[in-house]
Amino acid sequence: MNTMIIEQEFEYVKPGSLFEALDILAQTNNVKIYAGGTDLIVKLKTSGINMDAMMDINGIPELSELTASGGNGLVIGSAVKLSRIEKHPAVKSNYSALFEALMSMASVSVRNMGTLGGNLANASPAADTAGPVICYKGILELMSRSGIREVPAEDFFISSGVSAIRPDELLTRIKLPAVNKNTGAKFIKTGRVKSDIAKVSFTVVIEREGSKIKSCRAAAGSAAAKPVYLRTVSESLKGRIMTRELITETVDRIAGIIEPIDDQRTTAEYRKELIKVIAADAFSKAWSLSGGKLI
Amino acid sequence: MSVHDITLTVNGRKVRLTVKSNELLLNVLRDRLLLTGAKYGCGIGECGACTVLHGRECVLSCFIPAVCADGWEITTAEGLSKDGKLSVVQQAYVDKAAIQCGFCTPGMVIASTALLYENPEPDEAEIKDYFRGNYCRCTGYAAMIEAVKVAAMRMKERGCDDEEL
Ligand SMILES: Cc1cc2nc3c(=O)[nH]c(=O)nc-3n(C[C@H](O)[C@H](O)[C@H](O)COP(=O)(O)OP(=O)(O)OC[C@H]3O[C@@H](n4cnc5c(N)ncnc54)[C@H](O)[C@@H]3O)c2cc1C
Repeated sequence: MNTMIIEQEFEYVKPGSLFEALDILAQTNNVKIYAGGTDLIVKLKTSGINMDAMMDINGIPELSELTASGGNGLVIGSAVKLSRIEKHPAVKSNYSALFEALMSMASVSVRNMGTLGGNLANASPAADTAGPVICYKGILELMSRSGIREVPAEDFFISSGVSAIRPDELLTRIKLPAVNKNTGAKFIKTGRVKSDIAKVSFTVVIEREGSKIKSCRAAAGSAAAKPVYLRTVSESLKGRIMTRELITETVDRIAGIIEPIDDQRTTAEYRKELIKVIAADAFSKAWSLSGGKLI
Repeated sequence: MSVHDITLTVNGRKVRLTVKSNELLLNVLRDRLLLTGAKYGCGIGECGACTVLHGRECVLSCFIPAVCADGWEITTAEGLSKDGKLSVVQQAYVDKAAIQCGFCTPGMVIASTALLYENPEPDEAEIKDYFRGNYCRCTGYAAMIEAVKVAAMRMKERGCDDEEL
């Protein structure tokens, strides 16, 4: 393995419009999309991938738009750089768990190159933005010549490296709906050092009504073959009074549900222990950020 | 394999080149433009030795295909000094002896410059956080952190605007 060069040969194309990009995807075999390249080029260098052509999506104006939508939602073009997203004031104030995930990722240089679209489309079980995008009820817009599909983030991930995107489809935009008031959120990841790929990560977004949980969405990263939305746990918390006991009981359930693996970063057994700690921490912090008191 | 005519502005000078689609920006800078400041370290974005400025942002030239950088304004460590005079950050690195073997230095100096463009008065935690992506095998971080603080202070004292970084 020589990471000084890219050995593989390929055609390079840079469409100037969405229409042209969708045509290329429909007509070219083995074309890979290049957004920031921080996953793609590393893979090309280290493991090699089956790719005849590389399509650079940085020349498509719509994909570089980052706009506040009606009712304070946010629409993020798939080619918007991570560092631009983290600097958007609405991200820090309204989508704090996404902000925390972004700040935990890699380094400034990598975030100046990488994109949210790439982090999601790469479909790593450790993709840090996946949990927040799932918990904020993000919708992924997939476009092809045959039309547009909107896939909820929780249904987007299929297995490690595999997403709902078909080869003729382009992830165009990530839509985050407005966040209701009295909502608190937290993203926590553990790694060896701050910017490491997660040993395990946990995200929770809680909407509070008095002392009760009005709604809750929780997700775990590096805890299974894909980023997972913890649906049953999340739904069972609806209407419950938030207490320390409830948190303890909930994190034990979560540790029982996740299916982590042993890999170079840590063991499955340790991941199950670790998630209890970070999930408990995230639940209590998100609850207090929502304005709630823990009893 | 496709070949492409590209234009880069490197250290203020416009250059036209024909590149292959799999040619990396770092190798174009080093082997074709003979700018050897940016270094090959890990090749996979971990170490930061290849850091260059794209506009005012730091990026990693070891994994950017040169064709993707068509039209970019790039600054390497060689482009920081003006008329033979070191930049504020470079001078601070010299004054604080923030250089050991020197291999990481061009990347560190570039990253430090990008930090001060973004945040002219960083505190220690912010400096350390910015250095997350730049490894120094000699572990000479303490002096580098001091150098960034000194550069920030000098900028402020002189009322420099960031054009002079
Ligand atoms: C040193 C280093 C540290 C890292 N640290 C972290 C970390 O802490 N946490 C983390 O989650 N990740 C991390 N990463 C991984 C990576 O930086 C992120 O996943 C990044 O967000 C990928 O975005 P990109 O634009 O560079 O993706 P690319 O490499 O351009 O694309 C990634 C994959 O998605 C596909 N793709 C991209 N855009 C689209 C689209 N619009 N439609 C369809 N398919 C598309 C590509 O074809 C490719 O297969 C790290 C990477 C490096 C090199």
